[in-house]
Amino acid sequence: MNLLQTRNYKSSAQYLICICVILIISGVCYFSKSIIGYKTVALILLMAVSILAMLFDIIPVLTAALLSALSWNFFFIPPLFTFHTESAEDLLMFFLYFFVAMVNTVLTFKIRIEEKKARDKEEKENTIKLYNTLLNSLSHELRTPIAAILSAVDVLKNNKEGISSKNQIELLNQIDIAGVRLNRQVENLLNMSRLETGILKLNIDWCDTNDLIQSILQKTNISNKKIIFEPDEKLPLFRYDRGLIEQAIHNILHNAIHYTPISAEIKINVFEENNNNVIQISDNGNGIPESELGNLFNKFYRLPKTKAGGSGLGLSIAKGFVEAHKGTIKVNNNEKGGAIFSIYLPVESSYLNQLRNE
Amino acid sequence: MKDTILIIDDEPQIRKLLEITLESNNYKVVQASTGKEGINMAANYVPELIILDLGLPDKEGHEILKELRNWYNKSIIILSVQNSEFDIVKALDNGASDYLTKPFRNAELLARIRSAIRRNQLPNLSNKLTCGNLDIDISAHTILKDGVPLKLTSTEFNLLVLLAKNEGRVLTHQYILKEIWGVGAQAETQYLRVFIGTLRKKIENNVNQPMHIITESGVGYRFA
Repeated sequence: MNLLQTRNYKSSAQYLICICVILIISGVCYFSKSIIGYKTVALILLMAVSILAMLFDIIPVLTAALLSALSWNFFFIPPLFTFHTESAEDLLMFFLYFFVAMVNTVLTFKIRIEEKKARDKEEKENTIKLYNTLLNSLSHELRTPIAAILSAVDVLKNNKEGISSKNQIELLNQIDIAGVRLNRQVENLLNMSRLETGILKLNIDWCDTNDLIQSILQKTNISNKKIIFEPDEKLPLFRYDRGLIEQAIHNILHNAIHYTPISAEIKINVFEENNNNVIQISDNGNGIPESELGNLFNKFYRLPKTKAGGSGLGLSIAKGFVEAHKGTIKVNNNEKGGAIFSIYLPVESSYLNQLRNE
Repeated sequence: MKDTILIIDDEPQIRKLLEITLESNNYKVVQASTGKEGINMAANYVPELIILDLGLPDKEGHEILKELRNWYNKSIIILSVQNSEFDIVKALDNGASDYLTKPFRNAELLARIRSAIRRNQLPNLSNKLTCGNLDIDISAHTILKDGVPLKLTSTEFNLLVLLAKNEGRVLTHQYILKEIWGVGAQAETQYLRVFIGTLRKKIENNVNQPMHIITESGVGYRFA
């Protein structure tokens, strides 16, 4: 694949390389022609043109082919230093050389065009596949809560006397849950499009990571899970976009709460390591199958056989937001069971908060 | 007498829901669907509180806010969509009293309205403030937590007084920095983080779950 990148060179660079290669080979052959004979030189030049044809665009290569034919005639075919050819055999050889070099160049070029077409087609198919996944996942994730809202409202409107007050409250709760879910999905989509369009502008400011985790915990609904967080009193302030990092941590935490068994315990650690602000979210649930670890942050990816709900966007958004800070996000399984998500933010820190003030 | 609330929002659905919520909580509601209409109605009714949506069709929300603030000195609560911290901070700096992001929950809305109207009606001239378990005496420069005196540095004390005087209201980072450290200190947000941290350690019962100084992510702090 490295070879293919040479085609991205500017055309002036391609011409320069093609011409230089022919001139250098001609030069080397000129001084060794007494050993190898001038007919072998033609084959060597032909080989060079063939290799150039694999690497560069057609016009620079045709130029090289033409130049090599002329150079062979001028420097190698007797009488030397003229374009004049004495024997009929040499003349035939010269035209044959010219013909083969040109055909070679054109055929190689055609093969490459076909290759590119096939690659483009494959790329297009992959994009279509991605869009289909997106549409399937979206229509499910957005329509399920809408369906819940509309049907609950229908029941409440049309059959108010027929349902017990307990069920009425239940229906209202369902509308509530659906609304919250819809809002989360819309937020995910908006965040994803912020990442995709590349217009994400970081709003960098000094942040207290302990305070950040606490405010996330206060906002998160964690009724049935135990979350342990011990602030690191010695942690310096760090400079990052609080909103984005909050969203990244929130998305990981949401998954930890949502996809672990009821009795599971979730632990959050924040610390500084090698000038990184590290945020770790670990649980003692079932962990993640080793084979799936590499796919976890992919867009729309969901673990096979997970429970319904979720668009496969949360973790890829978390990754995007962390990478926008030039940071990294990792997941691995804990030896004692459960998964560990780690965010590394290589951001500026300030130990100002450790000075006794005034 | 019922307090009048003016709603300026172009979405009929939001206006309807706000109307029902507010009327069932004993407020008188007047409505406007454009900025121009809103400014006229504010002049006619002089409501106790205005709920202003930032995304109106005819006029920039921030412009309306500025125009209102030329003469209207009661509370204005901003409604905005999520992910617009920049707009929120700008609106607060332009004189908005508080903000709510859509979607919001009614309990939150009503609490904000009550707190904003209370601030209108009790201009805070007193030298003594009481917030939950804290008693602050500004002129004597003392603070009691559950009746026990606390030792605060003068910056911590000034910060606490500024927050407490604006109880229930969000103060932006920039505003606090300007008030405490003066013009030119607005970039020094790390000082603010440090002092909020030390102040919390002294006044909060549990630093991990602050009840008095609430962080408003990306915007500022709210004292409760």
